[in-house]
Amino acid sequence: MSITAPTGVLAGVGRFTPPRRYLPVLGTFALFIGMFGVGGIRYEGFADPQVFLTLLLDNAFLIVLAVGMTFVILTGGIDLSVGSNVALSTLIAARTLELGWPVVTVIGVVLLAGTLLGTAMGLLIHYFDIQPFIATLAGMFLARGLCYLISVDSIPIKNETFSAIAFGSITLPGGYYLGWTAVFALVIVGIAAYVLASTRFGRTVYALGGSEPSALLMGLPVAVTKVGVYAISGFCAALGGLLFALYTLSGYSLHAVGMELDAIAAVVIGGTLLTGGRGFVVGSLLGVLVLGTIQTFISFDGTLSSWWTRITIGVLVLVFVVLQRVLTRRS
Amino acid sequence: MPDPRTSGTGRTGRALAGRAFAHRLFWPLAALGALLVVNVIATPTFFNVRIQDGHLFGSLVDIVRNGAPVLLVAIGMTLVIATRGIDLSVGAVAAIAGAVACVYIVKSPASGAAGTAIVAITTALAVCVALGLWNGFLVSVIGIQPIIATLVLMVAGRGIAMLVTGGQITTVNNDTFAALASGYLLTLPVAALIALGVFAATQVVVRRTALGMLIESVGINPEASRLAGVRSRTIIWTVYVFAALCAGTAGLIIAANTHSVNANSLGLWIELDAILAVVIGGTSLAGGRFSLAGSLVGAMLIATLTRTIPNIGIPAEANYLFKALVVVMVCLLQSPKARAVLQRRGERPAGPPSPSSREEAVA
Repeated sequence: MSITAPTGVLAGVGRFTPPRRYLPVLGTFALFIGMFGVGGIRYEGFADPQVFLTLLLDNAFLIVLAVGMTFVILTGGIDLSVGSNVALSTLIAARTLELGWPVVTVIGVVLLAGTLLGTAMGLLIHYFDIQPFIATLAGMFLARGLCYLISVDSIPIKNETFSAIAFGSITLPGGYYLGWTAVFALVIVGIAAYVLASTRFGRTVYALGGSEPSALLMGLPVAVTKVGVYAISGFCAALGGLLFALYTLSGYSLHAVGMELDAIAAVVIGGTLLTGGRGFVVGSLLGVLVLGTIQTFISFDGTLSSWWTRITIGVLVLVFVVLQRVLTRRS
Repeated sequence: MPDPRTSGTGRTGRALAGRAFAHRLFWPLAALGALLVVNVIATPTFFNVRIQDGHLFGSLVDIVRNGAPVLLVAIGMTLVIATRGIDLSVGAVAAIAGAVACVYIVKSPASGAAGTAIVAITTALAVCVALGLWNGFLVSVIGIQPIIATLVLMVAGRGIAMLVTGGQITTVNNDTFAALASGYLLTLPVAALIALGVFAATQVVVRRTALGMLIESVGINPEASRLAGVRSRTIIWTVYVFAALCAGTAGLIIAANTHSVNANSLGLWIELDAILAVVIGGTSLAGGRFSLAGSLVGAMLIATLTRTIPNIGIPAEANYLFKALVVVMVCLLQSPKARAVLQRRGERPAGPPSPSSREEAVA
């Protein structure tokens, strides 16, 4: 790594150069605005604020998942289990509601189960030196297996409280409305952003991602933090699962297959380095919004086939990864 | 290292047992053996292999045949992992290979001819080489971490496969193509022969030439290897192409087995099974030393497990649960930290540990 700062390139673009660490997030933001702009020009009704609000509602669960994933990836780890954890959460919720448990208990049980799964994986990773990839892979299989044990078939959720939350929304000035689940997801983003930016735990997460041996030598609580991020990811996955259950009003073992990939893609597009140590939760939120916009694009167009979503996501991940590579090489 | 204590025959026996215990394939083989025993208890005729219509039939033959795709992918994956890499895109590559071959056969005027099948297979494998070149390019030239570089194709690949098939489940009727999965040669299933053939060829190439050592040196320290004159870039590029080729072959076998290709589900999670097989086989994800034989055992363990679950009367869907347990157990037993804990216990076999010895163990 060279110590001398590179000159030119950025300075040539304009006088104003934002702090380098915000560049990836700003890039994602620009991409999102650009996509929305292009959509607004091409399709009638695309630029309507309600489209944006619906985007938040449709992706509320993914936003929460991406928040948890951001914590894990910031420490340089990865969590493959979140998709299965979502499916498990929807099933636990649906099954316990079917048995007539009170809603508060159901929510508590789901969140506890997800957090426990995350914690168990964190313990395996930290205390037995099992690679995050393998430990969370085991968690992924475990959660899917448990799903099938609970029920092979889809279970509908008929609980009134759940339906009320699912369809509830707040009305914004101008007659626009925002679903409760979307508000919820945004609150989670806010809390996570605060935790990462201004708490001891959050700063330790960044330190761990920067260099684990250094963090250890500095006397930072490495064990608690490392297990903690997986617990947080498990908690977020369970919460995402609840939001997904609200979104689909059902529990099914085949829900959310491959959703971990979407979450990882959103985090990468949001500018978080997969090697850890750099990134922001807000970036992940923007990443999810970009993914959602692609889907909105395709549904507005009508002539594009659904598989273009996946191809576009792949291309975006590629572009961002290459950009990251170029940026980190220069710094 | 010669140990003065192991002079007597009993001691030698114990030393031998100890060495077997410490061998990195001991636990996977023990798990495989245990699974087979469970099967025999559940179905006493489990080991029976009979010849019918000139083919070998039996559960063991089925296991090898059904395990062929995972074994193929695991062989390629072993070499990639040995270079400190990982290839997440193999499932998507398998889907693309199946899609290309099936669509070619369906579109061709002579869709039942053997020649069509051969051209289709060749085309599909050529596409796989191109995909492998792409992965290798991202990893070795651009220098992106393997897990992310191959994530790109993992995400986009299924979209590409759907683009090829037009989102339809493409069904083919071609006997030559179907023979890839259900055919028999010299009483043995063709799929198993292909997988074992690739295994044997790879084993010979990496162990009888310097290639295996070069791959390990790149995995242990890419920079030092480069300085020592090893062309690490070319080697890394080669292993990704090889992995894609293996994945493509596996995809063709899966497509041939169902006479159709569903771009969404073909080879779904096969990358995870393959990585699992490699890890069970004792190859470290950190790169360096690798064991193809270990991956073979790992792949067979997974295939046997898949077969065991319905055999002992548990719904086949619970398979994931057991896979998770196997992963955790094997990884714990191979983890140096867990081994250290086990050995500390093992060193004091006489009776329950006294308080003082427990203190020592803690210290």
